[in-house]
Amino acid sequence: MESRGERSEGLYDVAVIGGGVVGCAVARRFTLEGARVVLLEKAPDILAGASKGNSAILHTGFDAPEGSLELACMQAGYTEYRAIHESLNLPLLTTGAIVAAWNEHDEAELDAIVARAHANGVDNVRRIDRAEVLAREPQLNPAVRGGVLVPDEHVIDPWSAPLAYLTQAMANGAEVRRDCEVTGGAFDGAAWQLDTSRGRIAAAQVINCAGLYGDVVEQRLLGEAHMQIRPRKGQFVVFDKAAAALVDHILLPVPQPRTKGVVVTRTAYGNVLVGPTAEEQDDREHARVDHDTLEALIAAGAERLPALADMPVTAVYAGLRPATEDKEYRIRHEPARHWLTLGGVRSTGLTAALGIAAHAYALYREYVEHQPLASPVTPWVPNIAEHRPRDWQAAGYGEIVCHCELVTRREIEAALASSLPPGDIGGLKRRTRACMGRCQGFYCGARVAQIAGDALATPLSTGAAHEH
Amino acid sequence: MSTELDCDVAVIGAGPAGLAAATALRQAGVNRVLVFEREPEAGGIPRHCAHPPYGVREYGRLMTGPRYARRNVAAAEAAGVDIRTRHTVVALHPGGGLDLATPDGALRVTARRVLLTTGARETPRSARLISGDRPVGVINTATLQSALYLEHFKPFEAPVIVGTELVSLSAVMSCRRAGIRPVAVIEPNPRPTARWPLTLFPRLCGIPVHLNTTLAGIAGRQRVEGVQLAGPDGSLSTLACDGVLLTGRFTSESSLARLAPHLAVDTASSGPVVDQYGRCSDPAYYAAGNVLRPIETAGWSWREGRAVAGFIAADLAYDLPGPDELVPVRVASPVKYCVPQRLVRSARPGLAELQLRVTEPVRGTLTVSDGTRPLWRASGAFLPERRIRIPLGDPAFLRAPALDIGFESPP
Ligand SMILES: Cc1cc2nc3c(=O)[nH]c(=O)nc-3n(C[C@H](O)[C@H](O)[C@H](O)COP(=O)(O)OP(=O)(O)OC[C@H]3O[C@@H](n4cnc5c(N)ncnc54)[C@H](O)[C@@H]3O)c2cc1C
Ligand SMILES: Cc1cc2nc3c(=O)[nH]c(=O)nc-3n(C[C@H](O)[C@H](O)[C@H](O)COP(=O)(O)OP(=O)(O)OC[C@H]3O[C@@H](n4cnc5c(N)ncnc54)[C@H](O)[C@@H]3O)c2cc1C
Repeated sequence: MESRGERSEGLYDVAVIGGGVVGCAVARRFTLEGARVVLLEKAPDILAGASKGNSAILHTGFDAPEGSLELACMQAGYTEYRAIHESLNLPLLTTGAIVAAWNEHDEAELDAIVARAHANGVDNVRRIDRAEVLAREPQLNPAVRGGVLVPDEHVIDPWSAPLAYLTQAMANGAEVRRDCEVTGGAFDGAAWQLDTSRGRIAAAQVINCAGLYGDVVEQRLLGEAHMQIRPRKGQFVVFDKAAAALVDHILLPVPQPRTKGVVVTRTAYGNVLVGPTAEEQDDREHARVDHDTLEALIAAGAERLPALADMPVTAVYAGLRPATEDKEYRIRHEPARHWLTLGGVRSTGLTAALGIAAHAYALYREYVEHQPLASPVTPWVPNIAEHRPRDWQAAGYGEIVCHCELVTRREIEAALASSLPPGDIGGLKRRTRACMGRCQGFYCGARVAQIAGDALATPLSTGAAHEH
Repeated sequence: MSTELDCDVAVIGAGPAGLAAATALRQAGVNRVLVFEREPEAGGIPRHCAHPPYGVREYGRLMTGPRYARRNVAAAEAAGVDIRTRHTVVALHPGGGLDLATPDGALRVTARRVLLTTGARETPRSARLISGDRPVGVINTATLQSALYLEHFKPFEAPVIVGTELVSLSAVMSCRRAGIRPVAVIEPNPRPTARWPLTLFPRLCGIPVHLNTTLAGIAGRQRVEGVQLAGPDGSLSTLACDGVLLTGRFTSESSLARLAPHLAVDTASSGPVVDQYGRCSDPAYYAAGNVLRPIETAGWSWREGRAVAGFIAADLAYDLPGPDELVPVRVASPVKYCVPQRLVRSARPGLAELQLRVTEPVRGTLTVSDGTRPLWRASGAFLPERRIRIPLGDPAFLRAPALDIGFESPP
């Protein structure tokens, strides 16, 4: 085993490019293993790309391709999440899932789904008949024909999880640079000199976790890319909290060849989510929502869960999957150039991130040795999940600022003063839920903007108001 | 650990309706009347509507919103109402139990009667399913006004204003006073929603008004950079702006009731189901003001609050008929909703009218029928967001198995 020798002043062991869920998990793993890590994110805040908008499901991998790296990473990620989530104060909304069959074609697939699950080691997956589906989900459209029960498929908080991973990395010495785009760089045989929008950064190893820009980063630093990202958009509709009483399990459709199809699920924040679509596009920046598509999603949701038709819509959003030519994750490991790309993590990265990070470390430790931290710090992140104690339940919060989501001034101020404060209004919303409820800021938008002051990029305020 | 509190009537929300009701309850001799308001100050929406007209019928003079709000608070306090601000009601339990969040910790309230006066709000961008990017700068009128008058900043300099309900005039006035210059007012319908002399106002301010025009998309990665408009012939055009002000399309702030299985909510009105006394499906609960229906003026909400307070006082004195025999009121499209949604078969007077709205302009004959024959009819032109009132008092209404309200189909 080769050692990279003495680390010189100002030289990081590892530069992680990208603060999506994968980059955050990688920063955590490598830091815990003793590496000196810097994470570089081009946006004002982490979770600016694919990790901003997903379905928030912690997958078992029951339907993943047998023998794939994706499956291995999902299962390792799943296991590690369940092992660490309590210590980081992260939620697990235990729901289980039902793959529901709505027609003969769907029904014909069910046995194969069970067989695939068993082959993938998810042994408690089983067929359930129509009566059991309806007993478990009484509000479901009675046209359902049967299904497959996946007892261990659950829901998590997709924003607090990566935040917790990176916060833990930072608490143990990792550094984070935001507003820091990697624009180029060169490998001198021992280390990388990275050009960024905030100056030069030197690191022995580069781990490319740039998600939707994974190929662009390869192009910029290696001169060519081993994959081509083809963003695949997923739009969602979020329903009012009253809808959460309508459904218990995650309702999965029988998978179509290209995606998992439209899912109906509760969220960790107490709402119901319907989505995502799967729409290929060239644009990597804009995740636009579309009126007709959203209406179609509402209709699709109400077809499965008829009472949804009477439920108000709380929010709509869209996320972009970093899809490539291939379904499998795109790993490019070049020890000679101290390069590792963790790319093409298309639609399972929230689950798999911890597993991908462990896989990355296993590749890296083939040729570099560090001393794992003897007693790493495990900081808590604030809970924003609905089913666990929230800040407003404890006295002394001062003021409830966001009434729909019961977000306190104390919570907002704590987020602003945290080790990784929000960089923009989206970041503040993801950390606290402020303005994320049914009124979307009608009551509190101005107050939140005032409290945040000029701490955030792109503030709501364009200037002081004077009476004319 | 939670503190407990008992009272005769708990009023949720210190807007015009809640404050007027609480004042009237005290004046009617009800002993412990508590008002819970989640904001740091009582007064409701008028607190940040820094313009007239408020208060004309209630106090006989024209006032700005904040002045009117202070007047309502002062009246309630003078009457001996206990107003608790920064008290957020988080759950309603059958029979009148309330869970509250307060800065001092959880509070559990047991009330003999509860009055919901939580108001209404405008529909945000999300629920309108508007296409496009989701940048900073897309807000509702109330957010604009609280930015300007409570937090003292401008959320944009040159927005597009969407909608021509009455509240859009409030938006135009607020913009003008702050030196914000709207680039256009757009309205999907061929005519403005508010009455025509009022709708001249934007034009008088030099703001172009585009009718038959819908918002087809919003563009901007960080902040709003422009909008896409679809004109009368479907043609698309773009308009540069730095904000989008979504006005009107009010919906009841009735989520407490939606989350309470003992309280029926009318999906048509978006508010709780009530009888002519403002009483909900759980008879310990009442509702008044804009939580009942989108949307009426502050003055209307104020008077409704007083009226329902009278019924609650009677109920506490065992002088109100129970909700035992009910006449359901049903509506057929294009009637949007009817409040109250049911009538108790009793001659004891309640609210004086059925309140209706239509979803689209109609010319025709509106009828109330008992299933076999019309009991009431009125011909004319009916427009969306305009008051339609049907007087209550005809005993035949109370003898009907159900009341059906709709337009007579043309012969
Ligand atoms: C609609 C949808 C639904 C999904 N549902 C689920 C689910 O239910 N469960 C699940 O497990 N997974 C789900 N996923 C998948 C999951 O969200 C993705 O796999 C994951 O977010 C990918 O993360 P990433 O870190 O690879 O990429 P990203 O999140 O895109 O992160 C890359 C980061 O790199 C930054 N960056 C890019 N270029 C540079 C540069 N040059 N310099 C510096 N920084 C740069 C970007 O700004 C970005 O923040 C879903 C995804 C989508 C879109
Ligand atoms: C932007 C705007 C401009 C307007 N302009 C005019 C005008 O010029 N003239 C006019 O007559 N009308 C106007 N209106 C309408 C008028 O302000 C309202 O109709 C009136 O305030 C309704 O009174 P209300 O008591 O029903 O509700 P609100 O005034 O909305 O009061 C409801 C109160 O309940 C509180 N509340 C809600 N939920 C809870 C809870 N869970 N716990 C504790 N408290 C709670 C709220 O904080 C609020 O203070 C305007 C409305 C808006 C939005």
